[in-house]
Amino acid sequence: MDEETQTVTTIAEEKDTVGDFTFPERNKFDAGYGLSEATVDYISDVKEDPDWVREFRKKALRVFEEKPMPTHWATKDLEAIDFDAIRYYLSDGERPKKSWDDVPDDIKETFDRLGIPEQERAFLAGVEAQFDSEAAYSNVKDAVSEQGVIFVTSAEGLKEHEEIFRPWFGKVIPTSDNKFSALNSAVFSGGSFIYVPKGVKVSHPLQAYFRINSENFGQFERTLIILDEGAELTYMEGCTAPKFGTPTLHSAVVELVAMKDAKLQYITVQNWSSNVFNLVTKRGIAHENAEVRWIDCNIGSRLTMKYPGVVMKEPGARGEVVSIALANDGQHQDTGAKMIHAADNTTSNVVSKSISVGEGRSTYRGQVHIPKHLKGCVNNTECDALLINAKSKTDTYPAISVKGNQHQTQHEASVSQVSEEQIFYMQQRGLSEAAAMSLSVNGFINDLVREFPMEYSVELKRLIDLEMEGSVG
Amino acid sequence: MSLSIKNLHANIDGTEILKGLTLDIPKGEVHAIMGPNGSGKSTLAKVLAGHEDYEVTDGTVSMDNQDLMAMEIDERSRAGFFLAFQYPMEIPGVSNANFLRAALQARMPKGEDLDAVEFYKMMRDRMKQLGMDEKFTGRAVNEGFSGGEKKRNEILQMMMLAPSYAVLDETDSGLDIDALKVVSEGVNAMRSPASGFLVITHYQRLLDYIVPDVVHVMTDGKIVKTGGKELALELEEKGYDWVKDELAPA
Repeated sequence: MDEETQTVTTIAEEKDTVGDFTFPERNKFDAGYGLSEATVDYISDVKEDPDWVREFRKKALRVFEEKPMPTHWATKDLEAIDFDAIRYYLSDGERPKKSWDDVPDDIKETFDRLGIPEQERAFLAGVEAQFDSEAAYSNVKDAVSEQGVIFVTSAEGLKEHEEIFRPWFGKVIPTSDNKFSALNSAVFSGGSFIYVPKGVKVSHPLQAYFRINSENFGQFERTLIILDEGAELTYMEGCTAPKFGTPTLHSAVVELVAMKDAKLQYITVQNWSSNVFNLVTKRGIAHENAEVRWIDCNIGSRLTMKYPGVVMKEPGARGEVVSIALANDGQHQDTGAKMIHAADNTTSNVVSKSISVGEGRSTYRGQVHIPKHLKGCVNNTECDALLINAKSKTDTYPAISVKGNQHQTQHEASVSQVSEEQIFYMQQRGLSEAAAMSLSVNGFINDLVREFPMEYSVELKRLIDLEMEGSVG
Repeated sequence: MSLSIKNLHANIDGTEILKGLTLDIPKGEVHAIMGPNGSGKSTLAKVLAGHEDYEVTDGTVSMDNQDLMAMEIDERSRAGFFLAFQYPMEIPGVSNANFLRAALQARMPKGEDLDAVEFYKMMRDRMKQLGMDEKFTGRAVNEGFSGGEKKRNEILQMMMLAPSYAVLDETDSGLDIDALKVVSEGVNAMRSPASGFLVITHYQRLLDYIVPDVVHVMTDGKIVKTGGKELALELEEKGYDWVKDELAPA
């Protein structure tokens, strides 16, 4: 039945101005510009990293330096990133807070503007927020910690829970996976560490927020989530950043582990400002009968490159990627999925819908890998692109490698435009051209938007309406 | 108060379709237009609605003393003009309920919200009247609907939007007798001194159920003959050529 909110609303706030405010920088620890072994040592010193972490970082730095920019297949726009002009670590040197009352005022105000306190009151079990590389606020509510759930920053995780953290850290995504996972591995800071014990089903989604607040500063959060057998969790992240004239780099790594019968769902709404390079490596390992689902929405940034993946390591494992992307003028959403089947009777599902507005470009890259020795694997991929204006662009690069004859794979792709006759019909019912376009576009992604929790789906529709506003006439 | 069309000329891609059409539909009356294929009946409907493929080169249209041609497509709608399409569009992913809500909300004064409870009640009542299954509210607009279901959906929308003037473009095509009766009942229920109707049809049969006050014959882009409801029967009997012969110079 119809659960809907108004799809045609007047947006009072300009999307740009909500994210467009900053506070005077108060960073006590500043690694300076550029990246070298000295930078890595500085970070490890400040964070009081154990030796194994310092070594890990240094090895990663070498890998990063050796690897070329992947412009032989990715966009040449990557060359606009000036690694020497970025600050790799910035923090107010304060330890994570446990209570909201202890959080400095201007940080509170940032979160206030972004509506976080309300959401925390509403239904979240715990909120961990990152501000300029360090968690400014970390709070695990009683209910969750009572169940034995660990929800801390990655820094706390590797120090206080090394025995759980270390075995999986860097195993789902090896440092050398790509140039940007190597970069993250060298300078990572912030991000979450979550462990859910056997059989624990966390009823409320856990959530984190990120924000970049210094010019030329990059965010390199590192998240590791481990679900023990039979555990269940939904994790959400949504982020925003203020606009600056110079490029900003966001290069995160998210590693997920779902042990036997576990179910892990990771939801992202990305709305970085239009100058941000958002280059993220996300992957999950699903064990026997376990499920890893990525629900991803990309609306912001100058360039996003993100291919959430699942390695189905044991029989019965399932992987899913649900992806919505919107690319407007000056934006390139380069997204997709990687489904690696490594056991019999594994199933993967990819649904991707993209909207290109103005001169925006959306790209789908989907890897499906099923080797010869396996039986009974299934993959379904659907990627649909909607082009709004005459100069809007979309391209698709499926990389499907299926060997053996005991599998089922399906790939469907479509490219369409909003029909003029459809807009005429809606206008004849009294909707303005802009409202008609919005309704049509929301209709296109409607069944995917439903995958997001209610609050996000409302925010999503508003964000899309805002993006569409300039596109007609 | 009326929908007053004077000497309307319109073309598409340079080909003139409406060649000086004059027609007056007062509130409270039902007018029918009948005519052979290619006479321009559907073009008239689209031009009145404001479809951008058509260029109006001469003539005026005033609706309750407002210049209709000076208004945008959606403005005309909000000012009280409704077109029941001959080929209604599908809108994937947008439910019938949402669509109607959006259309009604667009008519609310700025800052005011439609009362959801009242809206749903009204929609359910009208659907019942039209013999439509409640499940249609959640389905995407016209998606997977049969021809008859689409036409019924047009009448549902008309009843919900309560226009001042409604043009029904070949609403009877694709309808079986039962659906025809139900749709006609819906239209008849809306007849009132506050609204005027223009029923465009090929066949006289619809006019047995929606009995018109005035019948016009349209050929070659113009109204060539006007009469009472008996004119429809005469046409049925004698065919359109009869009209042409009548008008031809002796």
